Amino acid sequence: MSETLRTARVPRSPMAPPRTFLWTRRIFLTLLTGFVLVPVYVMVSSSLKPLADVTGTFHWLPSELTIRPYIDIWSTVPLAKYFVNSLIVAGAATVCSVVIAVFAAYAVSRYSFRGKRVFTVTVLSTQMFPGILFLLPLFLLYVNIGNATGIALFGSRGGLILTYLTFSLPFSIWMLIGYFDSVPRDLDEAALVDGCGPLGALFRVVVPAAIPGIVAVAVYAFMTAWGEVLFASVMTNDTTRTLAVGLQGYSTQYDVYWNQIMAASLVVSVPVVAGFLLLQRYLVAGLTAGAVK
Amino acid sequence: MTTTAPAREPAVRKDPPGAARGPRRRTGRLRRVTLPYLLLLPALILELLVHLIPMVIGVVMSFKELTQFYIRDWGTAPWSGFDNYKVSVDFDAPVGEALLHSFLVTVVFTLLSVGLCWLIGTVAAICMQDTFRGRGLLRALFLVPYALPVYAAVITWVFMFQHDNGLVNHVLHDQLRLTDKPSFWLIGDNSFIALLTVSVWKGWPFAFLIVMAGLQNIPKELYEAAALDGAGMLQQIRRITLPSLRPVNQVLVLVLFLWTFNDFNTPFVLFGKGAPQAADLISVHIYQASFVTWNFGTGSAMSVLLLLFLLVVTGVYLALTSRDRTAGSSRRRKETADV
Repeated sequence: MSETLRTARVPRSPMAPPRTFLWTRRIFLTLLTGFVLVPVYVMVSSSLKPLADVTGTFHWLPSELTIRPYIDIWSTVPLAKYFVNSLIVAGAATVCSVVIAVFAAYAVSRYSFRGKRVFTVTVLSTQMFPGILFLLPLFLLYVNIGNATGIALFGSRGGLILTYLTFSLPFSIWMLIGYFDSVPRDLDEAALVDGCGPLGALFRVVVPAAIPGIVAVAVYAFMTAWGEVLFASVMTNDTTRTLAVGLQGYSTQYDVYWNQIMAASLVVSVPVVAGFLLLQRYLVAGLTAGAVK
Repeated sequence: MTTTAPAREPAVRKDPPGAARGPRRRTGRLRRVTLPYLLLLPALILELLVHLIPMVIGVVMSFKELTQFYIRDWGTAPWSGFDNYKVSVDFDAPVGEALLHSFLVTVVFTLLSVGLCWLIGTVAAICMQDTFRGRGLLRALFLVPYALPVYAAVITWVFMFQHDNGLVNHVLHDQLRLTDKPSFWLIGDNSFIALLTVSVWKGWPFAFLIVMAGLQNIPKELYEAAALDGAGMLQQIRRITLPSLRPVNQVLVLVLFLWTFNDFNTPFVLFGKGAPQAADLISVHIYQASFVTWNFGTGSAMSVLLLLFLLVVTGVYLALTSRDRTAGSSRRRKETADV
C-alpha cells in the first residue's frame, strides 16, 4: 500500500490527501447520505401515495402519484388550527427567550456583581435536569396560580410559552455570554463616552455586533419549542393543542392514515427546515463563538 | 457549560474620561450596582418560576404519599418519610427492579448513542474539512435530521419500522432476504436497536455541527508544518486534529450525554406511553410510574434520584475535564511565552 501511495503522491503537493482517503471518504459520505436521506425519501414518497399503497407491503415507488393526502390532512384533523397554535407558542417563546437572554448575557458579560457566579452556575445546571422532573410540579404550580389569581396558565398558550421559553434560556444565555465577550469592550465603552446609556450601548453596539449569535439562539429556541412533545401533550387542551400532539390524530382505532401522516409531517417540517438551512451559517458562527471558545 | 466556569476577568469599569463628576456620578454608581440585577431580573424570575420552585415542589412531593386521591389538593397528602425512596431502590421488589432495569438500559443506550453520534459526527466533519464539489449541499443535507421536528422525524421512523408495511422489513426480508420472517421492531428486543438507530440518526448532526465549528479554529499552518515533516493523514488527525478538538469535545460529549439521557420525545413518539422492556428509557419509565399508574410520590422520588445521579456524573466529569483543561491552557501559555 505504501508503494502505491508513494507513486500516487509524487505529482501531488504534500498537503493533498492520499487517494485511499479520498475513496474512503467517498464511500463513507455516500453511506451516510443514504442513512440521512432514506427517512426523508419515505416521508416525501409516502405522502404522495394513495391509502392502499401505504397499508400494504412497502414499495419504493408509488403505484400512482396523488396529492390527495395533502388536501385531506386539513380536514381529517384541524391541522391549520394546530399550526397556528404552534406558530404562536413557538414564536412568542422565541422572541421572549431571546430578549431575556440578551439582557442577562449582557449583565454577565459586562458587569461584575455579587452572585454572578451563583447565577451562571444555577442557570446552566437547570439545563441538565430531565424535563420529566418539572412536569408534575409545574402542572400543580400552574393550577395553583390559576386558582389563586384567575390567570389561566394550565391548558393555555401562555403557560406553554412560559414553559418553553425557559427550556432554551440556559443554552441561549450561555451562548450569548460567549458571543458578547468576543465583542471588544472598547466598542461599547466608546458608546458610553459618546453619551449612550448602558442600554443604548447594548442595543446600538453590542447587539448589532452579535447578530449571528442572536440569530443562532433564536433558531435554537424556535426549534426547541416547535419540537417539544411532553409538555405539549399534558398541558394543552382541544383549543390550544400544538402540532406535536395534533399529528397523533391521524391514527384512529381502525385506520392509520400513513400517507396523510407523512404529508402532514412534511408540511410541518418544511418551514423549520427551510429556516434552519437558511440560517445555518449563523448557527455555525454562533456556536463557534459561544460554545467552542 | 464549562466555558463559563473559569471566573471572567473582573469587569471593574473605570469611569469614562470626561464623565460628569459630583452628584450625577453617585446616581451613576447606584445604577451601575443595580443595573446588572435589573437586567437579570426577568431571567431570574422565570428560572425561579419554571425550574427552581417546581424542583423544590418535586422534592417535597417525593416525601409525600401522593396518589390520585390527593392530586387535586396535594398539600394535604400525608407525609410518608423516605417510603417512596425505599420503594424505588428496593431492587428485589417489582418497582425497584423495574427502575434498576430501566436505569441500566438508559445508561447502555446513552453510552452507545453518544459514542456513535460523536464518532459519525467527527468522521464526517473531518471528511468535509477541505473543499470538494457538492460540499455545501452535502453539509445542508446532513443537518436535515437535526432541523426536523422530533415528532415528524420519529413518526416517519415508526412508519419505516412497521411490521407489515414498513420499509425496514421490506428491505431486510423481501429484498435482501436476511431474515426468515419479518421482524417486530417496536416491541420486543429489537426495539433497543430501533431506538438507538433513530437516536443516532437524529443526534449525530449536532456533533457534526459542533466539530465542524471547532475545526475552523485549528490553524492551517499546523497541518502544513506536519505535512512537511512527513506526517501522513492519519497521523495529522491523531496528533493535531483530535488534541485541538479536545476542549470542544469535552463540552460536546457532556451536552450530548445530558440530552440523550434525559430525552423523552424520541422514545415517547416511537413507542407511546408504554415502552417495551428492552427500550424502557428512564424518563418514559418515570412518566409511566407517575401518570399511568398514578403514583406521583414514587415518580417524584425517582426523579430526585435521577437528578442526584446526573449531578454526580456531571460534577465528576467537570472536575476531571477542567483539571485537564487548566493543565492544557497553562502549557499553551508557556509555549506562547517561549515564542
